[in-house]
Amino acid sequence: MYEFKYHRPGTVRQAANLLVKNEDAKLIAGGHTLVPVMKQRLASPPHLVDLSHIEGLDTIEMKGRSLVIGATAKHAEVANSAIVGEAIPALAELAGLIGDPAVRHRGTIGGSLANNDPTADYPAAVLALGATIVTNKRRLKAEEYFQGLFSTALEADEIITKVMFPVPKKAAYIKFRNQASRYALVGVFVAKRPSDVRVAVTGAGSDGVFRATAFEEALKKRFSHKVLDGIAVPAEGLNSDLHGSAEYRAHLIGVLTRRAVEAANAKD
Amino acid sequence: MAKISMIVNGNPVNANVDPRTLLVQFLRENLRLTGTHVGCDTSQCGACVVHLDGKAVKSCTTLAVMADGHEVKTIEGLAADGAPLHPMQEAFREHHGLQCGFCTPGMIMTAVDLVHRKGHDLSDEVIREELEGNLCRCTGYQNIVASIAAGAKAMAKSDLA
Repeated sequence: MYEFKYHRPGTVRQAANLLVKNEDAKLIAGGHTLVPVMKQRLASPPHLVDLSHIEGLDTIEMKGRSLVIGATAKHAEVANSAIVGEAIPALAELAGLIGDPAVRHRGTIGGSLANNDPTADYPAAVLALGATIVTNKRRLKAEEYFQGLFSTALEADEIITKVMFPVPKKAAYIKFRNQASRYALVGVFVAKRPSDVRVAVTGAGSDGVFRATAFEEALKKRFSHKVLDGIAVPAEGLNSDLHGSAEYRAHLIGVLTRRAVEAANAKD
Repeated sequence: MAKISMIVNGNPVNANVDPRTLLVQFLRENLRLTGTHVGCDTSQCGACVVHLDGKAVKSCTTLAVMADGHEVKTIEGLAADGAPLHPMQEAFREHHGLQCGFCTPGMIMTAVDLVHRKGHDLSDEVIREELEGNLCRCTGYQNIVASIAAGAKAMAKSDLA
């Protein structure tokens, strides 16, 4: 790991000022993505701004019909939160599937979303549930937030402060995980919302998380796994690597979507 | 350099460290607490698991500066030198939960955290699921799972947390 200067701001405003003042500064919260890439010298930020000691940035609460999760809420906190379990149990389950117990004690929702790893779990939930990413500057809709591999709409001095999830009627997340890395080989989040149905796929797209619109159309007419018979996601544009071919991932998307719809319906 | 202070195994510790020092390096090299091991150094194997504010974390993926102001417990902190072993350590000895022993400190710290979170009556299935982030290359896990189930029960009757 290369040398860096460490900053520990007490407020989001101070953190933002540090980002403005120090070009190429990086934010750190749990560090479970950033520390490994810094060790490999794939990243060498000259300044690290630690968000983990900012009070109130990890609050989980209901605000009207929305579940609001603070940026530094850890995966274990989301997984075990009674509020999340009550409002969107599929989101609690998703958080409980990330990494392993020790990783879940450190990794944060804001860190996962800011990094936008194409195999991360949270992006699927955010896109399927139509969540809003709230930053120190503005509110970003999920559709405009994700912009491809490891790329988001966040500006250099922009900090995620919370994520607002509208509560769906039904939802489920099914993950087919890579046995070694525990990341999603394919993960499908299905949400039946008051106005529509969304199916978001992580792990498979060569451009990051995406919506399986053909499935959404069919499920909007009738929310049953049976309506998916005969519909498939094309393999073009999907990842192909040593873990699985594009065709295999396309097949998994179909299987996992069916399972997710069944799981969502079983929660009644 | 950055000034840090934390409580390690109940004792206050102050130091001046390079910010890029990993918590595991700080524990092993500055404090000479070499019970915590570096296995894969990529947050996969769990040999470096310690408790940070009572929760199991991978100290190879945590910066020492981030632990500033917090409380750390390592395998050395489970039972005092010369005193009887912690019930989870004793269970690993009794049930032959180790062969080479390299993964054992991390296994035991993970197991103790698991008991704190999920109680004393643990099914094999729960134990295996919770060991997701701890790799052992000798035992085949059978005896580790048996050790943790027994250690969890023994912890209910012990004063050592």
